[in-house]
Parts: sequence; structure tokens; C-alpha cells
Amino acid sequence: MDGLLPDLDVIRKDFPILERTLAGGVPLVYLDSANTSQKPQVVIDTMVDHLERHNANIARAMHQLGAESTEAYEGARDKVAAFLNAPSRNEVVFTKNATEALNLLARTIELGPGDNVVITEMEHHSNIVSWQLACERSGAELRWFGLTDEGELDLADADQLVDENTKVLAFTWVSNMLGTINPVTDLVERARAFGALSVIDASQAAPQLPIDVQAVGCDFLVFTGHKVCGPTGIGVLWGREELLNALPPFHGGGEMIETVTMARSTYAKVPHRFEAGTPPIVEAVGLGCAVDYLGHIGLQAIHAHEQAITAYALEGLQSVPGLRVMGPLDATRRGGAISFELDGVHPHDIAQVLDSRGVAVRAGHHCARPAHARFGVQSSTRMSSYLYTTPAEIDALVEGLHHTRSYFKVG
Amino acid sequence: MSAELDSLYQEIILDHYKNPHHKGLRGDPSSAGVAEVHHVNPTCGDEVTLRVHLTDGPEGRIVEDVSYDAVGCSISQASTSVMADLVIGKPVDEAMSVHQTFLELMQGKGQVEPDEEVLEDGIAFAGVAKFPARVKCALLSWMAWKDATAQAQSDSAPTGGVTHD
Repeated sequence: MDGLLPDLDVIRKDFPILERTLAGGVPLVYLDSANTSQKPQVVIDTMVDHLERHNANIARAMHQLGAESTEAYEGARDKVAAFLNAPSRNEVVFTKNATEALNLLARTIELGPGDNVVITEMEHHSNIVSWQLACERSGAELRWFGLTDEGELDLADADQLVDENTKVLAFTWVSNMLGTINPVTDLVERARAFGALSVIDASQAAPQLPIDVQAVGCDFLVFTGHKVCGPTGIGVLWGREELLNALPPFHGGGEMIETVTMARSTYAKVPHRFEAGTPPIVEAVGLGCAVDYLGHIGLQAIHAHEQAITAYALEGLQSVPGLRVMGPLDATRRGGAISFELDGVHPHDIAQVLDSRGVAVRAGHHCARPAHARFGVQSSTRMSSYLYTTPAEIDALVEGLHHTRSYFKVG
Repeated sequence: MSAELDSLYQEIILDHYKNPHHKGLRGDPSSAGVAEVHHVNPTCGDEVTLRVHLTDGPEGRIVEDVSYDAVGCSISQASTSVMADLVIGKPVDEAMSVHQTFLELMQGKGQVEPDEEVLEDGIAFAGVAKFPARVKCALLSWMAWKDATAQAQSDSAPTGGVTHD
């Protein structure tokens, strides 16, 4: 199969969990990477080594361990800056996850009555609810792009949606439900034309597409660590340095200040401005290692692998009677998450039968309820691949779906 | 693996799923002794709109009818059907006690021996208790019923029999 990573067997050996068997001795077929990715040994080892040999608080411990820990944490910032091709390391702010990064922006970007915020109907709840809250607080209006039947953004009324009162245009790069890859540079240009800030949720893009914030030209971009082979508890907010420094503080506390008196304080510049308190140190170190690992394999190669697996999966899924894929059917226009319905069997029941065969998928609304409602469904089953996914695993999924139909006596 | 799965998906459950009993909303939700609730399982999106009609019997209130619209997995749909079978026609106190028995079975992590005298078809859900992720599915409509019944009870006393459509 063209496009697969040439040393897939070697890559799989990097991920110890893929050796696991489940109840009944069946091997694990992990197709839930859009939910969270598995972790390579090098990330696990790096985190263990940090905790075993270098653990100390950062930036405030005047001893050798403190220096080592600070160096590791700040080294991770350099690695993430390189991963994003950020012009300055100061523009990389560590957060708890992508959700916190989006909430940080929604809390600190100034909005008022008469302003509007534009999002899309395919956003993850974190990029919907945070802006709903911001609009409720400020009196700004929330608007959104609808979707076409093919699962792409409906840009037909873009000229009415984005106008001179638009303060923020926030959108996902790759949909976590439909898999759709959005035209990010067009959207960024549209925002800029009206003086609006562009915010990109790259949670699903960062694992599988090369990201160059300078080429995209956006103002802010967020992603989460655990979907790019890193640990949970760490996310990234990237923003243009002058914009970040112009935002008011988010959390108050240690490390984000210049000076504090009992009456008032002055605040540090980014990145520390938004990193109040002891940050997730070992998690940042793990994330730095993870993006290095992906960079070593090459995001272009990973993207090609995902597209090859996705094309193979789309073909296999459509061989199952009564199965309907939601989102683009052209693998070159989508990411590696494929949501589908199967006539007569609820997603929970599909996931349960697949799980009994070792195949791990997600069932539910995937934190994208409006996108499901758009397609007239309440929930769906989602398979999602990653750099370690093999065609044989897709075969196991497709066989499992045929089995599910016979188990529930459908058709 | 398939024995585990078969313990979850008992034939009784699949039968209720394919042919649910008492499905479809009936009666007038604004009548006395009637309450309607809408419950969702936020993690998966399963939903039930459930209406309870209580009437006065010789020894207290009776569950005259339970009607519902629901969307969800086989476990949640079958559980709703079985629940309606079990509580309709029973005095409220007795129905609450059946509710408690079912709840204990579901929360028993598979260690509770189900009482067929009390739970009838409900014993088929014993296997569900071994799948923590699915317990919520089985309990969705039972919790909705308890909520609606409590609301109907706190409503003004019913004025007699409820007219069915």
C-alpha cells in the first residue's frame, strides 16, 4: 500500500501498549487515537528519568536540581516552538490542555455589545461553550458557519457572517467528528481582512499535519499534548507575542508577576504571564520529547500514512451493508477520524461488540453534539487511526462490524 | 469473550430492544397527578422523555401509566421497556421498592444475585452490572421514572382516573 510509513513494524515496537492482549487473550486493536494517542517508550522513559533524576520545582529553586528541571522544562518550550515553527519561544504558553488554552483566550480577549464572535458548527464543545460563555458575559453576539451535507464548512454566507464587528474567528483545523480538513489560510485571511483575531483549534491537526504558524498566518493556535504522543495534563497556547502581551492576565499567582504589593501587582511578559503557579513540569518535558519523536519520523510522512490508512478504512467501511460515513469520503480532504452509523445498531452496542474482539473505538457524540445534530444523529461510532495503525487493524474493524450486524441480527 | 458479551446481551434484552413495551407518550402532561421529565446521559447523548400518571387507589397512589419517547442503545431502551412493565399498575410504594432492588442489582458490580420474584425480566440486566460503562445506560429511565413520580406526588392530588388518549 502506497503511503504507509516504511518502517511501520519498527514504529509499532516503540509503543509498548500495542503488545497488550485484552480479556480472552485477544490482541489490542487501538482505533481511538483521536481521543488520545498511545505513548512511545521514549516519552515514557524521558518522564521517568526526569522524575527519578532531575525532579525539582522550576525557576525558583536555587540548586542544581532546580537548574536541571528548569532547563528541561524550558527545553520543552523550545521543542514545541520548533514543532510549530514559531518565530519566538516566548510565544509558547503551556496550559493544562487545549480546552484551558481556548478558555484563556475566551476569558481575556476583550468583547462587548455590538461585537461578534464567529465559530463553526463542527467545533468541539471546548471551542463552542467557551465562546458562548464569553458572549453571555460581554453581550457580544455568537455566530457560526454551518456545514454542507458533505461535512465541509458552508462558506456561502461567509460575507454575512464575518464583518467589521467580528472580533474573533475561532475554528478547528481538522474536525474531530467529521475528519474534515478546513481551509485554514482562507479563514485566517478573512479574519484579518476585517481586523478580527483568528483562533485555530489544532487539537486534531497537530498529530497528523505539519504545522507552521508563520505560513498559516493565524493569531492564536492551540493543541493538546496527549493527542501527539505526549502525556495528559499539558496543552499549548501559541500566539503572536505582541497580542499575548496585550491580553490581561488569566490566572493570578506565582511566576506570572513582576512585583506584588498588598494593593496591586504588575505582570510578567509571556510566556510566564499565563503560567501562574507550579506548571505541569514533567508533562511539559514529556510533550517536548513527543514532538521531537514526531519530528524525527516527519509530519509529512505521518500525514501520508494517515491518508493511506484512511483511504483503506473508507473503502473497507463502505463494504459493510447499512453503514453510513459522516464527513468527506475523499481521504485527501480529511484526517484520520471516521465517524459512522450502522443501521439497526446503536453506537454503544457496536463499541461493546468490537471491544469484546479487542477493537477499541469511541461511541457517543465525541464532544461535538451540534455537528451530530446537523447530520440528524444523536451519536456515532468513530474509528481513528495514527502513525502506528496497520491495514490489518482496519481489516479487524471491518470484520468486527460484519460480526456486529450478525450478532444483532441486522439485515 | 463471547460468553461475556452474551451475559450482557441476554435474549430478553434484545427482545425488549426490538419490541419495546409501552413506548410513545400518552395522556396530557398538564393533568393533575401527571409529571413529565427529560433525562439525558451527557456522556453518550442517550435521552428519554418520560411521563408518569398516578391515580388514587384504595390504599394510596397507584402508577396508572408510564409512557415515554427514548433514543439510545439496546441496554437503555430495553431497560425502559422492562421498567414500564414492572411499575405500571403497582402502588407507588411497591414500585419504589422495585426501583431500589433494581438499583442495588446495577450497583452490585455483578456480585448481587437478582430476585426474579421482584424483577421479572429485569434479572436479565444482572450481566450489565459487570460493565461499569453500561450501568448508566440501564439506569437512565429508572432515574427518570423516580424523578417524574416524585414530581407527580408533590403535585396536587389527582382528581380521579386519568383519561388515556
